Parts: sequence; structure tokens; C-alpha cells
Amino acid sequence: MIAETPAPASTFRRRRPRFGDAGLRVLAGVAAIGSLLLVALLTYKVVDEAWPSIAQFGLSFLWSEDWNAVTGEFGARDLIWGTAFSSLVAVAIAAPVAIAIGLFLSELAPRRLRAPVGALVELLAAIPSVVLGLWGIIVLGPFLQQHIEPRLGDWLGFIPLFSGSPSNVGLLPAAIVLTIMIIPIVASISRELFLSVPGDLKQGSLALGSTRWEMVRNVAIPQVSAGLVAAVILGLARALGEAIAVSQVIGGGLNFSASVFQPADTLAGRIASQYQGSTSNLQTASLAYLAVILLAMSLIANITAQLIVRRIRQRMGGAH
Amino acid sequence: MSTVSEPDRVESADAAEQESTAEVVQNQSQANLGELAAKRTPVPVGDREVVLKLDDVTVSYSGSAAIKAVSMDVFRRHVTAFIGPSGCGKTTLLRSLNRMNDLVPGAIVDGTITYHGHDLYDAGVDPVEVRRRIGMVFQRPNPFPKSIFDNVAYGLRLHGMKDRLDERVESALLKTGLWDEVKDRLKSSALALSGGQQQRLCIARALAIEPEVVLMDEPASALDPIATQRIEDLIGELKDDYTIVIVTHNMQQAARVADMTAFFSVDVSAERGGRNGVLVEYAPTADLFIRPADPRTEAYVTGRFG
Ligand SMILES: Nc1ncnc2c1ncn2[C@@H]1O[C@H](COP(=O)(O)OP(=O)(O)OP(=O)(O)O)[C@@H](O)[C@H]1O
Ligand SMILES: [Mg+2]
Repeated sequence: MIAETPAPASTFRRRRPRFGDAGLRVLAGVAAIGSLLLVALLTYKVVDEAWPSIAQFGLSFLWSEDWNAVTGEFGARDLIWGTAFSSLVAVAIAAPVAIAIGLFLSELAPRRLRAPVGALVELLAAIPSVVLGLWGIIVLGPFLQQHIEPRLGDWLGFIPLFSGSPSNVGLLPAAIVLTIMIIPIVASISRELFLSVPGDLKQGSLALGSTRWEMVRNVAIPQVSAGLVAAVILGLARALGEAIAVSQVIGGGLNFSASVFQPADTLAGRIASQYQGSTSNLQTASLAYLAVILLAMSLIANITAQLIVRRIRQRMGGAH
Repeated sequence: MSTVSEPDRVESADAAEQESTAEVVQNQSQANLGELAAKRTPVPVGDREVVLKLDDVTVSYSGSAAIKAVSMDVFRRHVTAFIGPSGCGKTTLLRSLNRMNDLVPGAIVDGTITYHGHDLYDAGVDPVEVRRRIGMVFQRPNPFPKSIFDNVAYGLRLHGMKDRLDERVESALLKTGLWDEVKDRLKSSALALSGGQQQRLCIARALAIEPEVVLMDEPASALDPIATQRIEDLIGELKDDYTIVIVTHNMQQAARVADMTAFFSVDVSAERGGRNGVLVEYAPTADLFIRPADPRTEAYVTGRFG
């Protein structure tokens, strides 16, 4: 059956035209360049819009606390604080809770609970933030004001964060609303990640006499740690940029207070609430300047995440 | 398999001759298996301690029995092979021996399996403790995405065997003949090893925690002949210290490595037309291959099985 003469060179010539391959490459290229271009254009537009304010205040905008449309003095300090505080607190609480939920729903919960509760979490992730904000106004704010804040004040009042009189709006309800908002997002991604851990590896660990928890800690979590970092950063990005739900419960005060019980504001909240009613070009430009800062914060979070993910992948020794 | 070793002769022969040739070839293959099995020094069974005793064991998945009414003894420091056609429940039975079936929803083990007289499925028994003593090697090599060292040390760390960690890791790798190949790159990823090396690493990982029994589910089926040979040699060495139960599709392999062989088959005549795996015959390997007591065993080992 073996051919006597060597096969002609044409044997290995391409027989079928590869329109599909070429098409896919073009499509992917266009999409990649397109999204880069979009980000670049967007950044340019925002910076351009902010230019009068950047030219006038420079970097001191970052640590100036004024925000006065009448005198034309603008600064972002309190808003940066409000954004950073509410988002970081939200992520610090949400990340462990959400990862635990994801783990529970994929590995530990009784089997017949897994699917229904998993679906419920997905459902929570789909709640529009404005509805969550409404709940914050109606239920959470008054509850915190009446029951939680007085007690926190009694115990921890010596810390400036927990000083001052209780109110139904402020950084505390904002941070809690953000926490509730990002838990389902991070939890459902974590659940998917844990479900993706190969059964071979889990069984390998259990067959060596590990408990389920030891398997999770030594095999499942390391296997998906890069993904978990990405999920948490996604949550952080959502928290940083959330304007609606935050502005519903944060109070939007112009006076700075170190207390989380008092009205405050965030970058996103301030942009959303004042852009329409802006009374001067400088105010509009300053609001755009806030957007530039927000963009930079998100970018930094994202790049940090990518660096961590890369480190983890390297440590796993080409496991992916 | 040697049944197809001389296709030319079969092709040129007429129908009658063909049949007789086939017969000869079959007998040859049986003789080969017998020879292989007979080459091993026969091991007396009577005075061996029973490690695992199966009594009327039935394993079912969601109510339907995958393997039914198995009674057999696994002897200490023996290699016991499970052979039989695909789907007859070999893996299922093997996994019931270290309670890995607990992890499969709907899997139920009936009957009793005792380990040195202790009921493995007793309410007070911790499956984690069972698996620590009865280790398992899987069909597909499944090293953790960690370093070679950490793979072998994994079980040691779990079980607090952290004294002389380096020494224990080295000794497990020596036992599997992997030490010389990896001693200079213990810190590099286990995933960079070849398939055969990975499987030997998985065996080393199982041996490191000093189990008494090692269950192997077709440990060489994903490997080339040379790597397979190494695994077989390894099993031969390990049986001085361990009790081994091995599932294999390769009868030559069973004949080469096993002291006792259990032949399983699928019983299609069972009630409600169900397909249940059954234990057909369990005997010293040489007997099973040379003088099978059951016609079904004979059909299978002579290659007449469908
Ligand atoms: N997790 C499971 N859930 C339901 N049924 C299963 C499961 N695992 C195996 N079975 C069924 O049990 C029967 C025996 O399967 P098992 O894997 O034990 O066979 P086997 O003898 O190991 O086959 P092979 O030689 O192909 O590996 C088969 O009919 C199979 O479909
Ligand atoms: Mg099998």
C-alpha cells in the first residue's frame, strides 16, 4: 500500500481556501484595535473637557477640599476619600463573603441546594442598582440610623470615623449598599471558577486522604486564585464607578466629615448629580476632571490585577 | 495481541482452514498467557492474611446495580488483578474499596467490605482515614499543578508526616525509579514531566504516605509500551511491601504482574433486562489463564469474547 515513488511536493499544498481562518483573524484584529481606539478616544475627550480645570488647578485639585460653584473653587479630596473608602470597605467585606458563597455553592452545600441557591445568587446579581439604592433609602438608612449607628458610636465613638450623630445617609450606608451590590457578582464568578476545577485533581487530593476542606484549600483555591483576583477587581471596578445607588444613600453633602455617619459624596456620585445643573464652564470642566481621576483609579486597579494574575500564573508553572 | 500476528496465512486459507488456523492462534495466545502466568512463582494462598474481604458486595448508581453480589478476598502483599470487558464494573468495585464512591451522588454500596476485619462502611468509619491507608492511582495521571517535590510531599504534609520530609520524598521517588530523572529539578513543575513520569509521580505520591493497600485503575493505559513496562516492573517490586489491586484491560499485563486474578463479566440475563457486572471467576492467575473453570472465562482469555 505504501507508494513506491516519493510523493510529489504538491501533496502538502493547501487544498481548501481558509476563508474562515482569515476572516476570524481580521475580525479579532478589528475588535482589538477598535476597543483600544475607543478607550483612547474616550480618554482624550474627557481630558479635553477637563482641560480648563486641569490648567487652573493642576495637581492640587487632588488634595483641595473646596467645592464651591459660587467662588469657583474646586477640589476632589473629599470625593476621592468617599470613593476610596466606600469601595474598599465594600470589597474588603464582599470578597471573602462572596468567595465563601461560591465555594459553598460549588463544593460544600448539599447537592440539591446547589442549583436553586446558585440561581438565586445570579438573580441577585441582576438587580438594577437603582432598586438597591431605593431599598437603601427606605430600609437600610433608617435602620442604621436607629439601631446600628448609635451603638457603634457608643463603643467606638473615640475613633473619628464613628463619631458624630447618627443619620440616615452617609458613607456607611453607601459602603453597605455597594457591598450588597458586588457580592452576587463576585460570588457567581467564584462559583463558576470552582466548578471549573478538574475533577481529576479534586479526586487526586481526596484519594490521598485529604478532607474536603483541605482539598479546597490546597488544590481548588490555588487552581483558581488568578480568576478570583480578577473577579474581586471586577467587583472593585463596579464599586468605584457606581453612581446611582451611591448617590441615593450617601447624602451628597458639601461639607467634609470624617464620620461615616454623616453625608458625604463620591467621584461618580458628584458627576452624576451635578453635571446637568452645572452653572459654569469651570464647574463642568472640574466634573470632567473628576471623571479623569475615576478613570485613572479604575485603570490602576485593573493593571494591578493583571500583574497579580500574571504572578500567580507564573507560580503555577504553566498550569494554564 | 497475538491473535492477529499472521494475517497472511489466514488470508490465503480457505474457510475450513481459516477456522483451524484461528483455533491454533487462539490456543497460542492462551498458551502465551499461561506461560506468562506460570513463569511467576506460584504463591500459596492458604497462609496469607486477608486484607480486604468482600462479602456479597453490590454497588449501584441511582438504584441500578453496576456490579452485583461480589464475594472475594484480597490477600496481603499480593497483586490482585481485575479483568473483564468494558462496563462490567471493575472501576466501580475498585472505588468502593477506599470509599471513593462516596463522592459520586447516588452511589450505594450494599453488602460488607472489611479491612482487617473492620467494616469499611460502618457508621463510625471516617472515609478520610480509609483513603489514607488505602491509596489510589488513577487511569489518567493527575499530578497537582505544583512542583515535583510538593506533589510527593502533599500527602505527607496533610498527615503531619513532616519530620524527615526530604528523606520521605526521596524514598518515595526512589521506589518508583523516578529519583534519578528528577532529582535536579524537584522544584520545577510536575506538569513538565512526560505522561509516564507523571504516572510514576502519582504512584510515588500515593506511596509516600505509607498506605497498606494501593488501588490502581488501569495505571498504564495511557502510556507507551516502555513506560508500561516500567510500571509493571514497579508493581513487581512494590508487592514486597504493599498489597496491590490493579484493574487492567491487558490480559498479558495481568498474567505478568498478578498473583490472583478476578474475571468480571456483564450479566445481561438479569431480571428486568438490566446489565449487571458479576464476578465470574477468581483464582490464582496461572489457573485462571491455563485452566479456567468457567466457560465465560475461557472464552474471554482465548479472545473469543465479543
Ligand atoms: N458515576 C456514575 N454514575 C452512573 N453510572 C455509572 C457511573 N460510573 C459508572 N457507571 C456505570 O456503571 C457501570 C460500570 O462502570 P465501570 O466504570 O465500573 O466499568 P469498568 O468495568 O471500569 O469499565 P471500563 O473497563 O470501560 O473502565 C457502567 O454501566 C457505567 O455506565
Ligand atoms: Mg474502568
